[in-house]
Amino acid sequence: MYVAVKGGERAIENAHAWLDDARRGDRDVPDLGLAQIREQLALAVDRVMAEGSLYDPDLAALALKQARGDVIEAVFLTRAFRTTLPRFGASLPVDTGAMQILRRISATYKDAPGGQVLGPTFDYTHRLLDFDLAQAPEVAPAPEIEARPADTPHILSHLDAEGLMQGETPGGSEVPDLTRTPLEFPAERALRLQALARGDEGFLLSLAYSTQRGYGRNHAFVGELRIGHVRVSAHLPELGFEIEFAEIELTECESVNQFQGSKTEPAQFTRGYGLVFGQSERKAISMALVDRALRARELGEDMDGAPAQDEEFVLSHCDNIQSSGFLEHIKLPHYVDFQAELELIRKMRRDAAARQAAE
Amino acid sequence: MQLTQGFADPAIEAARVFRIVLDAMSHPARIVTLPEIDAPAPCSPAAAAVLLTLVDGTTPLHLAGAHDCEAMRDWVRFHLGAPLVGPQDAAFALGIWDALGPLSAYPQGSAEYPDRAATLIVDDMALRSKGARLTGPGIAHEAFLSLPDVAALQVNAAQFPRGVDFLFASGAQLAALPRSTQIGGA
Amino acid sequence: MTEYNFAYLDEATKRMLRRAILKAVAIPGYQVPFSSREMPMPYGWGTGGVQVTAACLVPEDTLKVIDQGADDTTNAVSIRKFFARVAHVATTEATAEASVIQTRHRIPERPLTDGQILVFQVPIPEPLRFLEPRETETRTMHALEDYGLMQVRLYEDIARHGEIARAYAYPVRVEGRYIMDPSPIPKFDNPKLDNSPALQLFGAGRESRIYALPPHTRVESLDFEDYPFTASKAAGQRCAICGAEDSYLDEVITDDAGGRMFVCSDTDYCATRVAAQAEDAA
Repeated sequence: MYVAVKGGERAIENAHAWLDDARRGDRDVPDLGLAQIREQLALAVDRVMAEGSLYDPDLAALALKQARGDVIEAVFLTRAFRTTLPRFGASLPVDTGAMQILRRISATYKDAPGGQVLGPTFDYTHRLLDFDLAQAPEVAPAPEIEARPADTPHILSHLDAEGLMQGETPGGSEVPDLTRTPLEFPAERALRLQALARGDEGFLLSLAYSTQRGYGRNHAFVGELRIGHVRVSAHLPELGFEIEFAEIELTECESVNQFQGSKTEPAQFTRGYGLVFGQSERKAISMALVDRALRARELGEDMDGAPAQDEEFVLSHCDNIQSSGFLEHIKLPHYVDFQAELELIRKMRRDAAARQAAE
Repeated sequence: MQLTQGFADPAIEAARVFRIVLDAMSHPARIVTLPEIDAPAPCSPAAAAVLLTLVDGTTPLHLAGAHDCEAMRDWVRFHLGAPLVGPQDAAFALGIWDALGPLSAYPQGSAEYPDRAATLIVDDMALRSKGARLTGPGIAHEAFLSLPDVAALQVNAAQFPRGVDFLFASGAQLAALPRSTQIGGA
Repeated sequence: MTEYNFAYLDEATKRMLRRAILKAVAIPGYQVPFSSREMPMPYGWGTGGVQVTAACLVPEDTLKVIDQGADDTTNAVSIRKFFARVAHVATTEATAEASVIQTRHRIPERPLTDGQILVFQVPIPEPLRFLEPRETETRTMHALEDYGLMQVRLYEDIARHGEIARAYAYPVRVEGRYIMDPSPIPKFDNPKLDNSPALQLFGAGRESRIYALPPHTRVESLDFEDYPFTASKAAGQRCAICGAEDSYLDEVITDDAGGRMFVCSDTDYCATRVAAQAEDAA
């Protein structure tokens, strides 16, 4: 006897219980602490903070634990929490020139004031599995150097000083917020950057890669990539002064791209910009390349239908919470629509057969 | 400064007021009754309830005529935090009909974004279910409502989908006239 | 934090939603952009409907949630539990008892009444999207009331298939002005949209759009004089449980040999009929 999909409620409860059980796994293995995730899976924590648009390493670690290490699921948990928080206002722009540098490299100059600092990078490691790590070895502290006392000026400022770098147009005083205002096209650059900063790393990586391979080609140099800590402050009208309320880790990338010039402007370099929470340089570089590609229209460059140059395409599809939600919703029942399709196909076949018989 | 109270239980009361306002907006000319709440003179309880439910720091408000008084401005500052603006920038406006002035002074929305149009709360109306004959969405056959200026409102409706929307208030009573309503003669 | 605000959302968000809903009601069929929030369920799983419902609920409401016409499908259960928890509203499976009904893909068979609100979950609110992927373009088409492309597309269907090959999410014209996507309801349900005494609200969370059909709004399914719209369903079948011939039927495969049966997709309609038949028999 047919039973109309009854028992949904109990099925859900049982599934949740199973999920909890599976998350914990073998009880003989110690439970994973949030501090362990925060300290030892720090780059996953950073990605959750960046794409979750919420700077809180402990919450991101919790989200990763709850999501069983599924980063997009953890981003989703973070976003769903973030949306319940009141919005007090906007911080003042962070001064990345005053960043306490952990890593700073330039592909365009061999040396510059402040020097090149490799920092804790994978770059020159040989990707050989380190079987010693499986044995929880003692790790000696890394050698330390004196922190640079002065600010580290941006490398592109040297090009700026020569007039070779196109200046950036300052945005309005009002900071746009795409979580509070529905996206509208064309979107100003500040809003585009906001969308990219929380966009999916994999999506941006592929788009950036596509520009390198010729889809909206615009050769980029990494003018500067820096990672470090910056102070965040806000102006509180009630108090009438600025207060510093946080220190956060950021990755910033400025790309240098050639610009042929136009009738009104001489040839010069232009900039793509990436700024991401935590240590996320793959994302920051990708973001800078996509930002630059999205400026094609403004700079009067050839638009040949490359996806990375298409603002609506990029901004409508870069959010992994939107895309994964919609993608996965096709798991939900569609009996009704499918039934309607089924009847339509049968009817069209009947009609076609009848027409054939009549001929 | 003597401030009248807003909602005692904001989440619940705002929800109830909204449902009644939604009922009114979905049934143009239907006269509904809102909970009595204190409001600074000359603002009616109905208008105050609507403001508490819909207006905040993100919605510029225009106070017209006698409603643009110190008591009302204080109340708006304290309870809503809405920026007070002229008619041309208003998302909401409050005043009696004559004080609100020409309708064309308010944002009418654009062809692309007709929703970006003002909502006018017309206070101290004499609400009666007779007068102009109304038809259109929300009205089964026809409805009647006493309207302040039929000709001006017909001009507004003729711009559909652009145009402003109205909430008429009287004491604790409210009736709505969205731009989609067609207005016949009195 | 243990207790959420009434109906989950904060007051500022609800005010934003309420303003959007009122504008949607004032401009029937027009999609009002709103700043959709991340919800604790995924985009594509009813976040738009959930936000609209959250903005409308009062403690006195009785809520019904259906998916595919059924109250007991897993996502309907999940959404109903969510609101029972965060808004403490009564819930029901009976269409007649509900003051607010959130639905995915169906309109209840039982005619709705004045005072009821039907909230649709909408995946793609833009009816022109399958013709033109760009928002900037479709917005202009709506602004100019330039729907020629849609007419051409539907007519191409007729030329190729002898009929308009759309079985669900069949586009409608609202009060002779806006073309609207009725959400992926089967076209069998389209006539119920027209002149309904209930308020019909549509929420698309991922796409950040809310639109509405006030009660007694004229809603016409797009067609041509020589190819009039028909509200089709399984031909010549009746429900195997309640015997209904007038309801929308789901096809169920019953065995490995290709056996199948048809049952009402609206579980409340079916159960109500079965109960009435039992009463008659007693």
